[in-house]
Amino acid sequence: MKRCLLFVALLISASTLQARGTGDLGVLIERASSSVQIVETSNNTSLKRVAGLGDLSHASVVYSRDARYAYVFGRDGGLSKVDLLDGSIAARRLQSGNSIGGAISQDGRLIAVSNYDPGGVRVFDAHSLEPVADIPATYGDDRARSKVIGLVDAPDDRFVFALWDAGEIWVLDMSDRDRPQVTRYRNIGRQPYDALITGDGRYYIAGLFGEDGMALLDLWNPDRGVRRILSGYGRGEQKLPVYKMPHLEGWAVAGNYAFVPAIGRHEVLLIDMQNWTEAGRIAVHGQPIFVMARPDGRQVWVNFALPDNDTIEVIDTQSLEIVHRLRPGKGVLHMEFEPRGEEVWLSVRDENRVEVYDTRSFERKAAIPASKPSGIFFTARAHRIGL
Amino acid sequence: MKAWTWLAPRLMSGLVLAAPVFAADLPTAERARELQNLLIQDCGSCHGLKMRGGLGPGLLPEQLSSRSPEYLTTIILYGKPGSAMPAWRGLLTPSEARWIAQRLLEGPDS
Repeated sequence: MKRCLLFVALLISASTLQARGTGDLGVLIERASSSVQIVETSNNTSLKRVAGLGDLSHASVVYSRDARYAYVFGRDGGLSKVDLLDGSIAARRLQSGNSIGGAISQDGRLIAVSNYDPGGVRVFDAHSLEPVADIPATYGDDRARSKVIGLVDAPDDRFVFALWDAGEIWVLDMSDRDRPQVTRYRNIGRQPYDALITGDGRYYIAGLFGEDGMALLDLWNPDRGVRRILSGYGRGEQKLPVYKMPHLEGWAVAGNYAFVPAIGRHEVLLIDMQNWTEAGRIAVHGQPIFVMARPDGRQVWVNFALPDNDTIEVIDTQSLEIVHRLRPGKGVLHMEFEPRGEEVWLSVRDENRVEVYDTRSFERKAAIPASKPSGIFFTARAHRIGL
Repeated sequence: MKAWTWLAPRLMSGLVLAAPVFAADLPTAERARELQNLLIQDCGSCHGLKMRGGLGPGLLPEQLSSRSPEYLTTIILYGKPGSAMPAWRGLLTPSEARWIAQRLLEGPDS
């Protein structure tokens, strides 16, 4: 009898957890309902909904190196480890009062979270989510704590992040997890709002909200310090009100050029990566939020802040012209390309759906109902530096 | 429709009279829905969908108890120089900003 029960239990677990790869899976955030959907990109369908993940206002996701687990960073400080295969929450920890994002270390063993309150970075064991290190972002004589933004992983088991209130960039070396080492770069510019790291892990670039320009750190030559690039790209002109902070994380590189959102203007800036100077500007429909390259770098897709957040524009990176404009609906918050770029997923928040487009014909291929969808994250990120 | 279900009883109880918003200034039911969505989703981008704070401060009633509706309306319309708070007057009329201020003071669950 006992053996029979065991057999039945095995059968049930086998049917719920069938063998499958995770390379075509992903997660979409349902920001208002504390849930995510697990989706797959081979047939463009939703597989499962996982609930109980807390406040997902500005949630983001990184993946374990086996691409089985999604680490979901919630606004309320919640850090959840979701098993993509069975949709369970393998581990969860409320690690701060208010957080903004996270990163996974090069070796896949550590998860770092950037926090607004209390300002700083906390590091956890990727397997158990047990705490490993606490790095308060203190600055100034009164040792105030700064909000931390733009946290990324870098080679040699380092994390890099920026301090919004302090105007600093810190490099956290976790190669010896018992002795975290911090290198501080001060006076990098006022109010860094987000940052990116190049795909080779060499350059860390923070965008500045409090002044025009960006701050660049060459991680191959950290002794040379942080230098300012694109200073004053709009000095003297009246900035438009910024209804939504641009994102740099999904930044676009095509050939020698990087495409980044200009803050407070209807422009995408073109940076020459040989000498880090401005190489041009492309006039676009509104204030850009995400400026993302198709994985082959041939197209750059741009979405916009209010009141233009119903529109997407596609830039051809060879002609630098806008070759297509889409109007998927109000509240286009995020885009994610499938790993080789033949299709792109767009979250259309106010229409409560995610849409999938063919990037060559611009035809809509699928629409997936979702409750106030925001971020979309595919497992291909598991194997890319800085994502 | 939904907006009226919470507005109507407040109008009758006289709560809304605490602020000099005249009936003629009140948004239509459809506009109220849009404003409610803007408050939760777009203000929420910085202040949190539950108004517990983010890049911007928390905006729960107990955190705003010392603020008058006039002060909040002014901040919404003109922004806060030196911070990331933009001026919303390009997208909102004064009475709409006032409506949002009132909504904040009453709390997200009201």
